[in-house]
Amino acid sequence: MTELVLSDFAVSRGPCDVLRDINLSVGPRECVGLLGPNGAGKTTLLRGALGLMPHRGGSSLSALPLAMRAQTVAWLPQAREIAWPMSVESVVALGRLPHLGHGAHPTPDDQNAIDWALSRLGLDSFRQRIATQLSGGEQARVLIARALAQATPILMVDEPAAGLDPAHQLTLMQTLQSEARAGRMVIASMHDLGLAARFCTRLIVLSHGQIVADGRPERVLTRELLADVFQIRAHISYSDDGPVVQPVGVIW
Amino acid sequence: MSRVLWGVGVAGLVGLSVASLLIGPAGLTPLQAVSALIRGDALAETLVMREIRLPRAILAVLVGAALGLGGAAMQGYLRNPLAEPGLIGVSGSAALGAVLALQTGLAAAHVLALPFAALAGAVLAVLIILALAGPRGGSITLILAGIAVSALAGALTSLVLNLSPNPFAASEIVFWMMGSLQDRSMIHVWISAPFIGLGALILLSQGRNFDALTLGEDAAASMGVHLGRLRLALVLGVASMVGAATAVAGAIGFVGLVVPHILRPLVGARPSALLPASALGGAVLVLMADIAVRVILPTRDLKLGVLTAIVGAPLFLHLIYKTRLQGQL
Repeated sequence: MTELVLSDFAVSRGPCDVLRDINLSVGPRECVGLLGPNGAGKTTLLRGALGLMPHRGGSSLSALPLAMRAQTVAWLPQAREIAWPMSVESVVALGRLPHLGHGAHPTPDDQNAIDWALSRLGLDSFRQRIATQLSGGEQARVLIARALAQATPILMVDEPAAGLDPAHQLTLMQTLQSEARAGRMVIASMHDLGLAARFCTRLIVLSHGQIVADGRPERVLTRELLADVFQIRAHISYSDDGPVVQPVGVIW
Repeated sequence: MSRVLWGVGVAGLVGLSVASLLIGPAGLTPLQAVSALIRGDALAETLVMREIRLPRAILAVLVGAALGLGGAAMQGYLRNPLAEPGLIGVSGSAALGAVLALQTGLAAAHVLALPFAALAGAVLAVLIILALAGPRGGSITLILAGIAVSALAGALTSLVLNLSPNPFAASEIVFWMMGSLQDRSMIHVWISAPFIGLGALILLSQGRNFDALTLGEDAAASMGVHLGRLRLALVLGVASMVGAATAVAGAIGFVGLVVPHILRPLVGARPSALLPASALGGAVLVLMADIAVRVILPTRDLKLGVLTAIVGAPLFLHLIYKTRLQGQL
C-alpha cells in the first residue's frame, strides 16, 4: 500500500489546467520534497492525488475507499486549523479517529501512537495545554504530531516547516527523514530549498502545472533550474552534512 | 464531561422535572399532585396533572434537548461558537407555517393543524436549502442558503401580520411567536417526540465526524469523513429536531446558542462530548425557564421565549466578555 502512482494526472479549475501531464510513482523509504514557486500547483497536486478535489487521470490514493485511504495516508493541510480550545493531547488523539471503530474507545495501541507522536515533536510537557492558546509554531507542531499519530504508511504534508524556528525545522525534517528510513513514504511540499536539498531523498519540481525536474537533490538543484524556475541565483556546495543550497539573489 | 458533572446534570434534570410537575396555579399540595398523577383518583386534579403539567414538563425537556443538541451540532459543523440551530432557516420557516395556520383559522378548527403546518414549513425549508447548497457545496453555501431562507420566511411572516384581518388575529400570531409551553397537551408530545428522537439519533451518530472537523474540512475529509453525507445528516437532524420543537413551542431563542457555549469548557471542548452534554443542558435550562415564567409573573402569562432571550442575551454578552479577557476569541 506504500505507493503513490499518478498517471496522466490533471486538474483543471474552470477552463484552464492547473496541473497537466503528471506521471510519477513514489514508493516506500522515499522522502520526497515537492518544490516550485507560488502557484506552481504543489498543493493542488497533493490534494488532487488524495482525491480531495476533482481530477482527471489516475491516482492510486484517490481510488481507495474513504476509510481505507484514511488508514493509508495522513494529510497535513497548509491551513493550520484547530477550531476549539482542546488540550494538545486530545488534538493529537484526533489522528487516531480513522483507526477507531464506531463508538470504540481508544486502545493502548492508540495511546502509544499518541505518546510517540507527542514526544517526536517535543510536546511532552504541552499535553494538557490548550492548543488554541499556543503560538503559531507550536500549533503547527501539534498538528504535525496529529498526522504522525495517524500512523499511516504514507505521510503527505503541505509546507510543514513554515512558521517553525530553525531548531524545530531541523528536528521536523529529521523526523520526516527517519520516518522514511523506517519504511514510510513522505511527500512534503516546501519552499526552503536548503532543507529540501539536505533532507529529501528525491525532489520533484513543479512549474506552471508541469513536472520540470524529478530526481536526487544534487541532480535537480542546478544553477540553470534555479534560474529558470525560481528566478534566483544560489550558492550551491557540498559539506559533510550534505548539499548546501543558499539563495543569494534574484534574477528578473 | 466527568461522571460527577453528568451526575449533577441528570440529578438537576430529575429535580427540575419534579418541580415542574409540582408548581402551577391550581394550588395542589405536592402530595395531592403526586397522588393525582399516579393514582388518578381525583378527577379535576388528575386532569390538571396528566393533561396540563405532565405534557408541559415533558415538552420542556424535549424542546430544551432539541435546541441544545441542535446548537452544539451547528457549532461543531461550522466550527463557530456563534452558530445556532435557527441558522439554516428551519425555525423561521416552521414559524411561518404555524403563522399561516393561525391566520387561516385552521389552527382553531383542529388542534393538529398548527404543529403540522409548522412541520410542513420546516420540510419546505430543508428542501430549498438542500437544492440551493447543492451536493458538493461547502459550509458557507449552506449558511448563505439558510440566511436567505430565514429572511424570506421572516418577510412572509411579516406579510401575513401586515394583511391580518383584525388586531386579534395579529396579536394571537405575535403571542404564539414569542414561544411558550402553556396549554399544550399530550398530543403535542406525541407529535414532537418522534421527530426530536430521530433528529437526536442522527446528530449523536455524527460525533466523531464533528471531532475530525476540528482540524478543518480538508483534514477531516482526509481522515475519512464524507463531508456531503455529514452535511445532509446535519440538515436533516437539526431540521427534524428544531422544526418539531418550533411546531409545539414557538420560537425559543438563545438556548441553542448559550448552552453549548457554557458547557464547552466542561467537556474539554470536544465536539462529540458536547452533543449529549448540550442536550442535557438545554433540557435543564428550558425546564428552569418554564418554571420561572410560572413563578415570576403567575398572573400575566410571561412567555417562555421572552424569558430565555432576556436572560440569555446578557449571559451571552458576559461570556463573550470573559472569553475575550482570556484571549481565546
